[in-house]
Parts: sequence; structure tokens; C-alpha cells
Amino acid sequence: MAGSGWRRRDVLRSAALVGEILATAPATAQTTDSRREAVREAGTRIPPTTLTINQRQYAIEVDPRTTLLDALREHIGLTGTKKACDQGQCGACTVLLNGRRINSCLTLAVMLEGDDITTIEGVGNGDTLHPVQSAFIAQDAFQCGYCTSGQICSVVGMLAEAAAGWPSHVTDDVATSPSLTDAEIAERMSGNLCRCAAYPNIVAAIRDVVKGTAE
Amino acid sequence: MKEFHYQRASDIHEAIAAVSASPGARFIAGGTNLLDLMKLEIETPSTLVDISRLPLTQIEAASGGGLRIGALVTNSDLAAAPIVRQRYPMLAQAILAGASGQLRNRASVGGNLLQRTRCFYFYDRAMPCNKRSPGTGCAAIEGFNRIHAVLGMSEHCIATHPSDMAVAMAALDARVETIAADGSQRSLSFGELYRLPGRTPHIETNLARGELITAVVLPAPASGRQSYRKVRDRASYAFALVSVAAVLDVDSGRIRDARIAFGGLAPTPGRSAGAEAALIGGTAGRDTFLAAADAALQGARGYADNGFKIPLARRTLVAVLQQISDRKGNRLATGRGESHGRVQYLRSRGLPQARRSELCR
Repeated sequence: MAGSGWRRRDVLRSAALVGEILATAPATAQTTDSRREAVREAGTRIPPTTLTINQRQYAIEVDPRTTLLDALREHIGLTGTKKACDQGQCGACTVLLNGRRINSCLTLAVMLEGDDITTIEGVGNGDTLHPVQSAFIAQDAFQCGYCTSGQICSVVGMLAEAAAGWPSHVTDDVATSPSLTDAEIAERMSGNLCRCAAYPNIVAAIRDVVKGTAE
Repeated sequence: MKEFHYQRASDIHEAIAAVSASPGARFIAGGTNLLDLMKLEIETPSTLVDISRLPLTQIEAASGGGLRIGALVTNSDLAAAPIVRQRYPMLAQAILAGASGQLRNRASVGGNLLQRTRCFYFYDRAMPCNKRSPGTGCAAIEGFNRIHAVLGMSEHCIATHPSDMAVAMAALDARVETIAADGSQRSLSFGELYRLPGRTPHIETNLARGELITAVVLPAPASGRQSYRKVRDRASYAFALVSVAAVLDVDSGRIRDARIAFGGLAPTPGRSAGAEAALIGGTAGRDTFLAAADAALQGARGYADNGFKIPLARRTLVAVLQQISDRKGNRLATGRGESHGRVQYLRSRGLPQARRSELCR
């Protein structure tokens, strides 16, 4: 592969591009998606679902059973959001829905018309990384990287929750708005598992972001 | 996942009419439990009626100093609401002790009340389960039943209700407001909402088909201090083995009033009348607390793996009541759930090492 000049990411990117073209031209889209073909054969027309993802609109024809996670990865080509447990236990699929972190595996795409969805591809600004992304790199807050996009989206949502004054399970007095100690960070991030156990560096990265925000 | 027809309801009556019209139709709000069960084909609705956009998201004052919580308020918003954190702190504690930040952001109050059990056998379609497939038997009774009920179960089902939020709401005397298919409205206590398993564990509530929970109403909080404590296998993001929601009003060492509810022990969330009767009028202290625990756990029965829940519930209740009655100052409530499991619990009890190892078994 070294001589080809293609990296996995490039391949995925080109696939994503195709996905976007398909997504924006639903009437003419040809796809091998067997489920969609089956529905076509049955003569049922699927009304398009319009999703607003990273401030851009995608019209997709999806079976109502499609989760947001599968819509992102398989219909739109935004593969930064990862699929792991697919049952809301690991957090790898975390995205932001109207600014709040959710598990995209436990949400139906058809339910989200009119909502603002932000995925890992949209947390930064072009080539400028989001401060949480930079902190993860600086603190080496990952090993295999599979949970990382979910971790980062979760941190962005969690920081907004903390900024809004939300308490957590480890807050001594829930009537108060605690500062983000390491214990608070760990508790608030418990919905994101990392099987490489990069937790200490994840906490360190978040601590850096919190300090940066405070300065 | 089985195929279904999806419909977004534009108002409450349309939603209720749609679910009433079809035996296989279900409401969907947050979907965090329903979609999980649909993927496993344990839930197989023919139609999903999306109620997530309906205007049931208000938290507002109710008559008599109470609080009306719209059924579609998210768990996160309820736990973050200043009025909840100040006046019903154990409700905020209970919600924050459950699930993860991501799930709480999506899960609704109504859906939390109606979530299904986490019994392993209910989730495993290869196994018998009277709740999932009536008449097939209960695999848990002779199976691995560490997480199962010790109170209120039947020979047909020993599953527990998994909610933390509902336990705190039970102790706070919450009532549920509903609208039925014919447009009639009613208000149910938790005792009227939930059904014990008996011979029909697949029927979990007394709601009619199409009847929609629109709100949960809390009366003004009972006087006294509140606390919710959860004991579980991990420090975070795990269901309760045992939890206790308690309100205790102590005046000059005498218990004026008490509200007690347990989680993790029974098929439905509800107050323990026995524990409350044993507390009210008594002297705030270990003997009274132990008597309350005995009353609460009278008739409790363990199976092969869950017998530990009975002494654990006893100790947790005593610890919570001790913690509340030891607390200084006049604030309505503070305290927090069991954040670091047994370690915190043992520290708070100040037990010697030998007793600690006994508790840690």
C-alpha cells in the first residue's frame, strides 16, 4: 500500500463523497443497499428524511429502522462516528444532538428531522481542531483510537453541561454547581468506555481543556 | 429489528388515537430502552408513534406547593432543574445515579417509569420467560439470579424494576397523570400504576392501550432531610443491587415523619409502609433504624444468588438513616448517592476490618 499513495482514510473519504452525492440526489441514487432494494421491490416508497449534520443538509431514503449511527456511517458516509456495542453501553457512537451528547445507536434517524446533529467531523472548524481534539493529542489520550471520536464528542457535550451548572452523581450537594475535579470528570465520562484503558490521559486532556477555559 | 410503520404525532390526541387504533402500536419518546429491545426483537411494535415533539416538556409549579413534571422532560433536564435540586434533592441524586450522561439526555421521565426489567433471561430469547413469552416459565428462579427480587415477586417472575428515578419518586409520593383513548384524564399513585407480577408478569401496569402518561406530579416535599443511596457493582453506570430513598424528619431526637422506598429489591417501585411505621414516633438511632429495616424486609426471600440483598438492604437503610440523622444544620437536604460503592459505605459506617470483609463478600 505504501507505493499507492492511498491511505485508509482517503478511501473512506472518497466513499464519503459518493455517499454525499447519493444523499443529495435521492431520486436517482443507485445503491446496493439490499434493504432499500427489497423495499423498492415491494413497491413501497420511502419518503426522504432530511438530516442536518454539521450544518449541512442530507436527504436520505432510509428504512425507519435505521439508527442515526447507521445513517451516518452507511448512508451518509460520515464514518468518524464508531459502532461498537450498538446498545448504548460503550459510548463509541456519541454525537451531539442540538448540542447535547447522545448515543446515536439508540436513536432512529427518522425521528431527527429538524434537529442539529454534530459529529466528530463537525466539532472542529475545517483544519482547525477543537480544543478538546488538541488536548487529546497533546495528552496522548488514546491508543487504538476506536473510542476516541465518541470520547471527544462526549467531552464537548459534558463541558457544556458543566458550564450550565449541572451537578453529577459525585457532587456533594446537588443544589450547587461543582467545578470539574478529576472525580467529577471521571463520573461524567462514565458513559464512554476505552478498552485500551487510556482513562488517565483522557482525564488529563479534559483537565487541560478546563484549565484553558478558566484562564 | 422487525419492520414497523413510523408516524410522528403532531398533537397528544393524534398520538393517543394512533396507538389506540392498533394493538401493536407503541409510543416512542427517547427510545433508549425501546430501541434496544426492538433490536433484540423482544419488543416488536407494528407502529411507532413518535411523541418526542409533543409539548410535554414543562417543569412547573403544581397546586399545594408541588411540582408538575411533563412526561417528556428529559432525565437530564429534570436532574438539572434548580427547583428539583433545591426542594427534591433525592430525585436529582437518583436520576444522576442512573445510566450515563448520553442516555439521560435522551431518556424521558415517562419512559423511565415504563422501562422494562434488566433480567438477563428477559433479554435472552433462547430462554423461557413469562414476562417476554407468557406461559414459558421463569428461567431466573432456577438460574443465575443475583440481580433479582427478594420482595413482591411471584413463582412466575422474579424480575426487578430497574429505575432509580422511580424509587425516589415513590418516596416523594409522586402521582402519574394520564390521558386515555376516550380523552378521559386520571391521576394514579405508583401503587395504582404498577402491577406486581402475580400470574401475569407480562402485564406491568394498569394503563389501558393508548393511555399516555402526560406528567408526573410531586406534592410539596415532606418535611425532613432527603437522601438517595445506590449500591452497585461499579461506582458508576450500573443498575442498583440495592438502593434506598429516604426522607427523615427528626426533632430533638424523635422521628416526626419518614418516607422510605427501596430499589433493586422488588418488581415495582413503592414506599415501605412497614419501615415508615417502625420509624415514626421512634427515637432516631440504630435500634429504631434496625427495626425499620426488619419491618421493611419482613417476608423477604432470597434465591440461590441474591440472598445477599437482604442484609445489604438492611445495612444500607440503617446507614442512610444514620447519615441523615447525624447531619448538622437546617438545610433541607444534602448528601449524595453511593458514589464509590462499598468503600464509601464502609468508611461511613466506621466498621472494623473484620466486619468490612464480611460486608465485602
